[in-house]
Amino acid sequence: MNKLDSKIPEGPLAEKWNKYKATQKLVSPNNRKKLDIIVVGTGIAGAPAAASLGEMGYNVKVFCFQDSPRRAHSVAAQGGINAARNNKNDGDSVYRLFYDTIKGGDYRAREANVYRVAEVSSEVIDQLTAQGVPFAREYGGTLTNRTFGGVQVSRTNYAQGQTGQQVLLGGYSALKRQVGLGKVKMFSRRQMLDIVLVDGKARGIITRNLVTGEIERHSAHAVVLATGGYGTIYYLSTLAVQSNGSAAMQAYRKGAFFGNPSFIQIHPTCIPVLNEYQSKLTLMSESLRNDGRIWVPKAKGDKRKPNDIPDEERDYFLERRYPAFGNLVPRDVASRAAKERCDAGYGVGKTGLAVYLDFRDAVAKQGEKVIKGKYGNLFDMYEKITGEVPYETPMMIYPAGHYTMGGLWVDYNLQTTIPGLFAIGEANFSDHGANRLGANSLLQGAADGYFIAPYTVSNYLADEITTKLPSTDATEFVEAEEKVKAHLDKILKINGTKTATSFHKRLGHIMWEHAGMKRNEEGLKKALEEIAELKKEFWSDLKIPGKTDELNQELEKATRVADFIDLAGLIVRDALNRKESCGAHFREESQSEGGEAVRIDDKYSYVAAWEYQGDDKEPTLHKEELKFENVEVKVRSYK
Amino acid sequence: MKINLKIWKQANAKAKGRFEKYELDGVDPEMSFLEMLDALNEKLIKEGKETVAFDHDCHEGICGSCSLYINGRPHGPAEEVATCQIHMRAFKDGETITIEPWRAKGFPVVKDLIIDRNAFDKIMAAGGFVSIDAGQAPDANSVLVSKNDADKAFDAAACIGCGACVAACKNSSAMLFVAAKVSQLALLPQGKVEAKRRALNMVAKMDELGFGSCTNTGACEAECPKGISIENIARLNREYLSASFSESE
Repeated sequence: MNKLDSKIPEGPLAEKWNKYKATQKLVSPNNRKKLDIIVVGTGIAGAPAAASLGEMGYNVKVFCFQDSPRRAHSVAAQGGINAARNNKNDGDSVYRLFYDTIKGGDYRAREANVYRVAEVSSEVIDQLTAQGVPFAREYGGTLTNRTFGGVQVSRTNYAQGQTGQQVLLGGYSALKRQVGLGKVKMFSRRQMLDIVLVDGKARGIITRNLVTGEIERHSAHAVVLATGGYGTIYYLSTLAVQSNGSAAMQAYRKGAFFGNPSFIQIHPTCIPVLNEYQSKLTLMSESLRNDGRIWVPKAKGDKRKPNDIPDEERDYFLERRYPAFGNLVPRDVASRAAKERCDAGYGVGKTGLAVYLDFRDAVAKQGEKVIKGKYGNLFDMYEKITGEVPYETPMMIYPAGHYTMGGLWVDYNLQTTIPGLFAIGEANFSDHGANRLGANSLLQGAADGYFIAPYTVSNYLADEITTKLPSTDATEFVEAEEKVKAHLDKILKINGTKTATSFHKRLGHIMWEHAGMKRNEEGLKKALEEIAELKKEFWSDLKIPGKTDELNQELEKATRVADFIDLAGLIVRDALNRKESCGAHFREESQSEGGEAVRIDDKYSYVAAWEYQGDDKEPTLHKEELKFENVEVKVRSYK
Repeated sequence: MKINLKIWKQANAKAKGRFEKYELDGVDPEMSFLEMLDALNEKLIKEGKETVAFDHDCHEGICGSCSLYINGRPHGPAEEVATCQIHMRAFKDGETITIEPWRAKGFPVVKDLIIDRNAFDKIMAAGGFVSIDAGQAPDANSVLVSKNDADKAFDAAACIGCGACVAACKNSSAMLFVAAKVSQLALLPQGKVEAKRRALNMVAKMDELGFGSCTNTGACEAECPKGISIENIARLNREYLSASFSESE
C-alpha cells in the first residue's frame, strides 16, 4: 500500500487553494490561546511563520542556534524574490511563474504546491513592502524588477544585492514585534537534538542550551521545522558554516519520510576555491548574469591576461550552446557547462577550475555608474576576497554547492508523514523539483511562512483544541532526553585523534567527487563504501575537547557531522536509485550525444520518499507519482 | 607566515578573563582571519588544549555574528568589512595580533570571544518594526516611495546588527544601531505612521539596557562594516525631539 497521500484538494489547479481556504477547519480566536506551537529556525520561513502564528493568537516558542534570529542564513540571499505581478507588462502571470518553476525544476515538482506559491507571490511582496523592506523603486515610486535565469520575463524584486537580508529583516521585525507583545517566546543559542512524539504525533523537542550545555524539554501541540537546507554536506558550499541537516535527520529517524535527498543545486557563480584552508565559498548572485558574459579562452591553457584575449579568441560557451537563453540559462545547465569546459582543459586561474564572468561590454554600454547601482556591493565583496576589481578585469567563478531542493517529504498541508510535524521553506522538498529557479527560494520560504503554514497548521490544530499541553515530565520526553544525553556522552568518550572538521572535509570531498555535479553508478557505489568507512572511523577516532555542560563549539560540530555522514548515505542511495538525469541530478549514463541531460519520464516521474528503517538497515523507498495535468511535459530546452 | 596571537580567554560570564599567548605557523596570506582561527583551534585540539570560542557563521560579512576587536579595532584593520572579510594578507609575517571580544556594558562576555548581544534584540522588540499583521498589507504599488527615499532607507537598513558601533564608541552608545532602524522606517511612508512612538520606545529601551549616550565622536561610523552614516543619528535626534514634544503616550 502506498503510504503517501499528498492530500491535494480536488478541482481545477487555479481553484485548489481558494477551495482549501474556504473549506478548511478553523480554530476560533478564543481557542488559539490554548494552543502551543514550536517553530524551529528563524530564517525566511521560520521567522514569518512564528510571527504570523503569534499574530493569530497562538502561543509560539521559536528556536535558533545563532545568538539572534536575524542571523539565519536567508540573510545572505542576494539577488531577489520573484512575484507574478506583471509589473513590466511583459506577459507575466501566476500561470507563467508556475510554469517556469515546474519547467525549471525539470518536471519533478508537485503542480498544486507550485501553483499555490505563485498565487500568493504578489501578496508576499505586499506584506514585505508594508513591513518596510526597501525594495528597489523606479523614479515614479513604483517597484522595479529584474530578470533571473531560466525565465523570459522580469519578475524579480530586489534590494540591491542584499535582498535576502532585507526580506529576512522584515520577518525578523515582525517576529520581534510578537516577542515584545508576549505572543512569541524566543529561545536563541539553542540546538534542537530530538523531536518528541506522543501517541504518534509530534508534541515537542529536546534542545541543548548552547551557553550552559543544559538539555531542555519543550512541549507543544504542533512542531514546525524551518531549518533550511543541507548544502554544507559538501563542506565547502555557499552556505553559512553552521547550516546543517540535523533537524531533517532527527525527523527522518522519527519516521518522517525524506523526499528526493539527492536533489542539490550547484550554483554556477561562486568565487573559486583559493586555498586548502577555505571554510566556505562565496556566492556571486545570479543577477550578475544579466549583464556579465561567461567565457573561457578558445585555446587550451591560454595564459594571457583576460583583457589581452581578443573577442574572436574567446568562447562564450553559454551563448554558443544556448542561444535563446544565453548567459541566463538555469543554474544546473550553467554549472555543468562550466564544469565541462574546465574538465576539457579550458579553465582559467591558478587551478584551472574557473571561468570568466566579464562585465567589459556592460560597463562600456551602460557606464560604470549604472553597473555600480545594480551590483555595487557584489563587486565590492568580490574585490575584498580576491583583491581584483571586476569593473576592470573579469571575475573568476566556479560552481559550488548551494541549495537543497530535496528535504522532508510534505503533503499539501506542508505536513510531514508524522502528524503535527510540519516542514516549511528549504527544509521541505515540495516546490522546486530537481532544480530551483533563482529568486524562488525567498519566495517559497516567505510564502510558506506568512501565507500557507498559518492556514494549514490551523487546519491541523482544529482537532487539537481539547488536547492538553503535554507535560514535559511524560515518559516520552524523559526517554528522549536520556537518549540525547547518551548520544553526546558517546561522542565525547571516543577520545580519538581526529577533529570533527577533518571528518566533515573528508565527507565533503567524497560527496563532491561522486555525488556532485555529475554522478554515475560506479562512483556512487564507491561513495557508499567510503562513507561507511568514514563513519566507522568517525565513531572510533574522533576527538572532541571539553565537556557537555559548557559552551562547546566542537561538540556542536560533531553532532552535525555525525548527522551529515548518515545523510550522505541517504543522498547517495537516492542518486543511485534515480538512473535518469533531471535538473541538478545528472547521471552520466543518461545523457544525449551533445551532453544534455536526458530524463526518463516513464520510469522516474515520481518523488522518491525514503523511510528510515534503522541505522544500519536499508531505507524503504516510497514513490509519489507526479501528475502533470496543467503543463505539457517536454524536454527542457534553453537553446 | 608565522603569527603570534594574544587572545582573550574567559571561561564564562562570571569568570575572570585573561590574555593567552599562542604561536601559529604556516599561515597562508590568502586565509581569511576566521580560517586562521580555525587553524589555531585544529592545532589546539590535536595538542589536547582548550580551544578558543568565537562567533561566526556566514563568512561573507552579512550575518553580523563576528564580534572581535583585532589590535584594538572592531573588525580589524580594513574599512567597511566584517571580521570574516579580513584576510591574513593584511598582516605581516611575525606580527603579534591581539584579539578581544567587544567591550561594552550592554554586551557581557559569554565565553572567550563570544558576547551576549541580546540587548539588540530587546531594542528591536521595543519598536523596530511596522505594526502590520500578515494579511493586512495594501498593494505594494499603492504606496509610492521616491527612489531617493527608498535608496536612503536601504542604506540605513543595511545594518547587520554586529555591534561594532557600540564597541567603537567610548561611551558604548548604541545610537547608530537604533538610528539606522528608526531612519529606515521613518524615511518610508509605511513606517511614518508610528515613527514617533518607535523613536521614543527604542531610545528608552536602549537607555534602560545600559548603553551610553552619544557624544558625536563619529567612531561608530568609522568602524561600521556597512558604512552606515551618522546622518542617521541626526535623523533619530530630530525624530526623538519632535516625538518628545508631541507624543503624549
